[in-house]
Amino acid sequence: MATLTMREALNEAIGEEMRRDPTVFLIGEEVGHYQGPYKVTQGLIQEFGEWRVRDTPIAEEAIAGVAVGAAFVGMRPIAEMMTFNFSLLALDQIVNHAAKYRYMSGGQVRCPMVLRGPSGAAAQVAAQHSQAFESWFAHVPGLVVAMPSTPADAKGLLKSAIRDDNPVIFMENEVLYNLKGEVPEGDYTIPLGLGDVKRVGKDVTLVAWSRSVQRALEAADLLAANGIEAEVVDPRTLRPLDDELIFDSVRKTNRCVVIEEGWRYAGFGAEIADRVQRSCFDDLDAPILRVTAADVPMPYSKKLEKVFLPQPKQIVDAVHQVLYR
Amino acid sequence: MDRDEALALYRTMLLIRRFEERCAQLYVEGKIGGFLHLYIGQEAVAVGALSLLRPDDYFLTSYRDHGYALARGTDPRLLMAELCGKIGGISRGKGGSMHFYDVPLGNFGGDGIVGGHLPIAAGMGYSIRLRETDQVVLCFFGDGAVNEGAFHEALNVSALWGLPVVFVIENNRYGMGTSIDRASSVKDLYQRGSAYGMPRTDVDGMDLLAVRHALGEAIERARTEKRPTLLEAETYRYRGHSMSDPGKYRTREEVEEMMNQDPVLRFAKHVQQSHSVPETELAAMDKDAIARVDDAVRFAEESPWPNPETLFEDVYVRSPYITAGAADKEPAWRGSVAEDRVPEELPAWSSARVES
Repeated sequence: MATLTMREALNEAIGEEMRRDPTVFLIGEEVGHYQGPYKVTQGLIQEFGEWRVRDTPIAEEAIAGVAVGAAFVGMRPIAEMMTFNFSLLALDQIVNHAAKYRYMSGGQVRCPMVLRGPSGAAAQVAAQHSQAFESWFAHVPGLVVAMPSTPADAKGLLKSAIRDDNPVIFMENEVLYNLKGEVPEGDYTIPLGLGDVKRVGKDVTLVAWSRSVQRALEAADLLAANGIEAEVVDPRTLRPLDDELIFDSVRKTNRCVVIEEGWRYAGFGAEIADRVQRSCFDDLDAPILRVTAADVPMPYSKKLEKVFLPQPKQIVDAVHQVLYR
Repeated sequence: MDRDEALALYRTMLLIRRFEERCAQLYVEGKIGGFLHLYIGQEAVAVGALSLLRPDDYFLTSYRDHGYALARGTDPRLLMAELCGKIGGISRGKGGSMHFYDVPLGNFGGDGIVGGHLPIAAGMGYSIRLRETDQVVLCFFGDGAVNEGAFHEALNVSALWGLPVVFVIENNRYGMGTSIDRASSVKDLYQRGSAYGMPRTDVDGMDLLAVRHALGEAIERARTEKRPTLLEAETYRYRGHSMSDPGKYRTREEVEEMMNQDPVLRFAKHVQQSHSVPETELAAMDKDAIARVDDAVRFAEESPWPNPETLFEDVYVRSPYITAGAADKEPAWRGSVAEDRVPEELPAWSSARVES
């Protein structure tokens, strides 16, 4: 095992897949000569040249659309959104084209592409640059949505996403790019749709993905100091969802708190709560609670930003609530 | 163009005209639903342009898409069954009028979002550059699409990167009920190519020979020089935007004036004069076209409705990189298969047999 940052793990995944398969190419703003806006694609243009590492104008619909068109005729494009905030400008390509051409053509077309980039809040970049849109994409049949929380998961999931024959929305997190972790050597993949227990516990199930896994683990540490053993379940992929892993945990702990960085209103956590209450109704000893971002646009001030985002302390409070303590 | 080729093109124009007329009828009878956009009046563009494509080239179209599929040689029976929402349809009854695909013939479909397929055409062009083949992409869209942001983004990157795509504006003068004058700051739409340093031209889209001439140059430029072209074909749709549109925004005189330049009649004159085809032969060809459409309707009516289980098919591709345990629980994955479907040969239940 090597210790890598998530940035390095993602870079390795892209480089290895491009070496393995000549149909894989990268396209996005500043992915080439600038070495990536967040340096995820560092060094790739030097190795693969400008046709396989394509710098684009600031034109998100063209980036996504070119990827879709190339995917329809046998390529495996990786389209980078500088951040997923800008993916709203490409939404028509993703929702109306990448996700639907197979269906509308009665199965004649496939769209093996990855749309990746950082999502969620960074630090004090305010309302238009701090959004968590996973609920939007997970809502759309035809898409796969993956959100890694560790360097090892990032590498294994991205390699699966590139090799998979469906359009995969691969949402990274800027704050996690420097997160270090052990990454297996050499070639490995992690299947999409397979969750992972990030911490074993018996008293309560915390479901979290991406950066919220860190918050859940911090909360679990705080809870452990008070003798409460929280289990942290990371689905890693929101569509398809490994809900059985969540159910197994809830059947053991009888209590569930879902943590997400998106807005509460119609957020993905509600989908999880719905599935858990339907499948584990008799196992639950308390209502399922959700810890989410505040239901307002993200403010700039760091004091307000902290109030906006879900904090470990709120998770601890929610756990106390479901344990009636 | 020799006599046989001219007659083949004429036959295709007739087939489109008769097919579309029949669609209007079936729509009124309630056998075709949804949005139905007819291509009547614009036949010279699709037939002229697609007659120049190689089998390995690609094309994409807007939602007014019946003519291209017929011009490319897709069996009208599969198209009519699609329009009737039957399982025997080219897209298994999932696309309808706006979404005719025939991927083995390079037809990547009718797109229902105005301008939405232009960046995709650029992507297909990009793949051609990556693979270093000499294929080309034809991308057809209406005058309404030039005001979409996708038009700008697609044309810019196509010119910037040298993509072998021919962008064909079929200017039928109206985006739904809004005339060009009320929608575009520049009236000569092909001039928009100048913003991208792109070769550009306009052509009489009611004249099949003119369309072929202009498209021929553009396709050659794409194939050999890897340069895109913006081509404006000035044409006209005789019917409303869709079946629900009575077309009150244009005068009867205007419609009649354009119908006097009818592309099918004009090309008929050409084949009569240049290839001395007698009137009786043309009339026989028209009868054949009507018979093929009748046959297509019979096929569509005989085709079974889709089984409810097919609702869950064709959403995803079955893949070893997705955990079956999680996916199989989800309805959208239930019917997924690893392969792409190929439009079917005529199935056993069909008794329709007419040689074309």
